[in-house]
Amino acid sequence: MTLLEGTGPLGPLLPEHPSEFIVGIVLFLIILAVVTKKVVPTFEATYAARADAIRGGIERADKAQAEAQAALEQYRHQLSEAKDEASKIREDAKNSAAQVQAEMRATAAAEASRIVHAGHAQVDAERAAARESLRRDVGGLATTLAEKIVGEALTDDARTQRTIDRFIADLDAAPQQV
Amino acid sequence: MTAPATPFLPLEGNEPPTFGIGSFESRPLVPSTAWLEGDTAHYSWTDVWFTNHIAQAVIGAILVIAFWLWMSHGQKIVPTKRHFIGEYLYDMLRNSVARDILGHDYKAYLPYVVSIFSFVFINNLFGQFFVFMFPTFSKIGFAWGLAILTWLLYNGVGIKKWGLLGYLKRMTIPQGVPVALLPMIIPLEILSNFIVRPVTLGLRLFANLFAGHLVILVFVLGGTWLMFVSEPVINKVAGALAMLLAFAIFALELLVGALQAYIFTVLTCQYVSSAIAEEH
Repeated sequence: MTLLEGTGPLGPLLPEHPSEFIVGIVLFLIILAVVTKKVVPTFEATYAARADAIRGGIERADKAQAEAQAALEQYRHQLSEAKDEASKIREDAKNSAAQVQAEMRATAAAEASRIVHAGHAQVDAERAAARESLRRDVGGLATTLAEKIVGEALTDDARTQRTIDRFIADLDAAPQQV
Repeated sequence: MTAPATPFLPLEGNEPPTFGIGSFESRPLVPSTAWLEGDTAHYSWTDVWFTNHIAQAVIGAILVIAFWLWMSHGQKIVPTKRHFIGEYLYDMLRNSVARDILGHDYKAYLPYVVSIFSFVFINNLFGQFFVFMFPTFSKIGFAWGLAILTWLLYNGVGIKKWGLLGYLKRMTIPQGVPVALLPMIIPLEILSNFIVRPVTLGLRLFANLFAGHLVILVFVLGGTWLMFVSEPVINKVAGALAMLLAFAIFALELLVGALQAYIFTVLTCQYVSSAIAEEH
């Protein structure tokens, strides 16, 4: 009697032995336990790690880009500052050169005028000194001469002095004959 | 039946055949001590628990466990060649089956989906590959076992989510049905959701593999008989053709085996999804 001829009204639709049914269920439950405990958690953990890695990579790339952008901004800023500074220095140099020139010119002019003044003063002093000594010499000579001519000593100094002054005044009144 | 047995047609022998149609019968792996008492056969425990079909189911389960442990061992963020096949299979079950059908709660059912697909699939492959050459699920006991488990699963999660009465109400009274039709609808829904589902689930798996294996037997044994036993030359040619066609049938059976494993898994998800769905 083979299975196909049927062991009962349901023929091959009933298990030949109930053991198949039980063994099938037990085997499946064992597989299910292993897959639940080990396999699915491992796969899900790998998936999560993978998703994390991808997301983390994107975040890292974004961050790096932002940093690069910031650095670029900073460099640009520094560059423009340096340019400003350079032009300021150039401007300052120009200004100070002009100032130095002006100062030197002023100093030179002052020196020149001081020299001229000093020359004038010296000339005036020499002229005054010459006039003084001339006046004294002329007075002495004239007195000596007059003593010789008058023959008397003119001892009265006050009178002598008055005479000399009058004489000088006459000389001044007619300078062209001196 | 007293006709002399030929080596190629074990159907006609008196002894329990070990291949051909006889391959559907489980054979004990140690000498049987079964005896007949009147019309009742008495089996020893080895006749029942230690047969070739039980053994191949156990080996199938060991292979499934070994495969998944091997695939999940040493996983890296960048998958290696070794992990590729496992990840591909897992991806398919996770994303195309579980997630698409079950929605946002799918992760809780992933172990069941992965286990049932791989267990059914590898046992179906046994029908086409050497050593066994017999699909385990053409023994209906195994198919009933998995069908019952799926039945327990979808009813269990439904009752857990809605409570016993709430679940029964949801499963038996579709929304928007006129009250007058309820006396007809309720028995139909009970029949469909609680009886037809598990029966068809088990039967579909069993019948596909049983019939597939029968077709292979017809082509291979019939071809062998035509070529070597029958006399007319035309029969020998037909037998050779049948042997060639057997290759095509084997290929077809590979497809059927994979398809049935997939269908069993998809239907399991479908039933779970209908049990926990907010509306149906």
